[in-house]
Amino acid sequence: MEDWRKNKLVFWILYLPPTAWLVLFFTIPLAIVWVYSFGERGPLGQTEIAISFANYIRSMEWTNLYIILKSIWIATVTTAICLLIGFPLAMGIAFASARYRNVLLLLVILPFWTNLLVRTYAWIAILRTNGHVNWFLEWVHGLLAGVFGLLGMPDVLGTFEPLQLLYNQKAVIIGLVYVNLPFVVLPLYATLEKLDKSFLEASLDLGAGQWRTLFSVTAPLAWPGIVTAAMLCFILSLGTYLTPDLLGGPDSVMIGNLIAQQFGPSRDWPFGSALSFLLMYVTFILLWIRAFAARGEKGKLH
Amino acid sequence: MASTTLPDVSTRRQKAGIAPLEYTRRLWLQLILAGSFVFLYFPIFALIAFSFNDSKRNITWQGFTFDYYVKAFTNSSLHEAALNTLIIASISTVVSTVLGAMIGLVLQRYRFPGKGGYDGLIHLPIVIPEVCLGVAMLAFFSAISMPLGIATVTISHIAFSFPFVAVVVRARMEGFDLALEEASRDLGASEWQTFWNVTFPYMVPGVVAGALLAMTLSLDDFVITFFTSGPGSTTFPVKIYSMVRFSVTPEVNAASTILIVLTLALTVAAMMIQSRSDKKTKKANG
Repeated sequence: MEDWRKNKLVFWILYLPPTAWLVLFFTIPLAIVWVYSFGERGPLGQTEIAISFANYIRSMEWTNLYIILKSIWIATVTTAICLLIGFPLAMGIAFASARYRNVLLLLVILPFWTNLLVRTYAWIAILRTNGHVNWFLEWVHGLLAGVFGLLGMPDVLGTFEPLQLLYNQKAVIIGLVYVNLPFVVLPLYATLEKLDKSFLEASLDLGAGQWRTLFSVTAPLAWPGIVTAAMLCFILSLGTYLTPDLLGGPDSVMIGNLIAQQFGPSRDWPFGSALSFLLMYVTFILLWIRAFAARGEKGKLH
Repeated sequence: MASTTLPDVSTRRQKAGIAPLEYTRRLWLQLILAGSFVFLYFPIFALIAFSFNDSKRNITWQGFTFDYYVKAFTNSSLHEAALNTLIIASISTVVSTVLGAMIGLVLQRYRFPGKGGYDGLIHLPIVIPEVCLGVAMLAFFSAISMPLGIATVTISHIAFSFPFVAVVVRARMEGFDLALEEASRDLGASEWQTFWNVTFPYMVPGVVAGALLAMTLSLDDFVITFFTSGPGSTTFPVKIYSMVRFSVTPEVNAASTILIVLTLALTVAAMMIQSRSDKKTKKANG
């Protein structure tokens, strides 16, 4: 690496324009929101600069705290489901023969290049009252009703009532699992693929069963990847806005939606700013923990 | 005990022809894989298939039609949105690529005071929740009383795209041998000639990959655009969003399919360029 003083002119030419952009159009906007978060909402919805912690205190009031806790809950459930689906999926790819490995990997990444909005919209078509799932259930219902009719028991099933699958918390979790699954599979695959398979062979040769090998050898060895995958999925789910906005209902407002509401219809920017910074602090703390864990992991290996 | 059970297990496996670690050849794992891929692909395929469905209700198959594509292509507000998207994406791509390549090079090459902090700062736009960045940009533009429009959307797109380019370019430059530059200077080339004839050709694959990434990010972005666009500056994703809010029609499916095809084509192009340059580098090295 070169010292910047070796050729100051070249350094400044390369350094200044991107830095100016970063400061002007990223750091300053964040600083403004940070300042606003200590401000007050004027009677007309305007923002007044002040030094008050009222917005942060308000975010701990029950109605708002409930939304924050629910967001954490939804993100946790999403992460757990993603790991449950993602781990076998990553195993399947990592232990596939070299011929299929890249194809399978590509198949996992491909949906991820499809627009987030489009992928979320696709689930509306599946889950809505006259969507694909209800259409299938109605078909099964009709079939069963026919069978019961033949057995001389018509009307035993009653008429088909479509299930209310959309605009609730379950729909939000399904949508979040769907969009975040590739983010879980990729880090898991990366660690499982690098894993020294002779450890697994040794474990099996020494008499441990497949499950014991999975829990006592494979999972501990893949731990850094599992942590990365879980963190990534949790952070992305916690900060989501679009999924609950499109698939959720009144019971599934998340912190991202609460923030957007303050900058939109509620017109309470100081409160929205405080919430926004709370969300960012949580994100940073999680990233910091992950970086810290990664460093510890490296230290152990050397 | 173990010695008596072990041969037993291995003969059973030999019969099945599956080694203990060939998990992917086991039926239960194949079923899980198949199930996961159905989960990943059914929504997208259903969406694309029903964009050709000749029915407004969009649920049972009524016959094949291109009607909704014709409708989407003749919808003037979609036209406007598509045009805005292209304008924003092209400006954002060019500026993000230049800025990202510059700072990627700086971070890979130079030691300078405060580099650790700077390294963290440049990654922030990548990691902070989109909604936080969106409202921050909104607050900023309102504070400097800049009316929301194409310019505000473009500025925001550049702000979150160029760090991605920087990461890609920096990774590419990790493999660059600085001795090549020294040789060029020793042989009498000027600083600019050295950059243009030695450094830059090596950078190109990284720059192209970064540019395509920036373009996809801009084309695909919804959340940040949603907060920073005004009445006349709706982009394609934001337009689809307002259509989705209104109703689920095959026309939305058609518009979505157009967006899928566009992004997919760009990404495939990026991958092909990258793999071709990888091959070239391998050839040059060995």
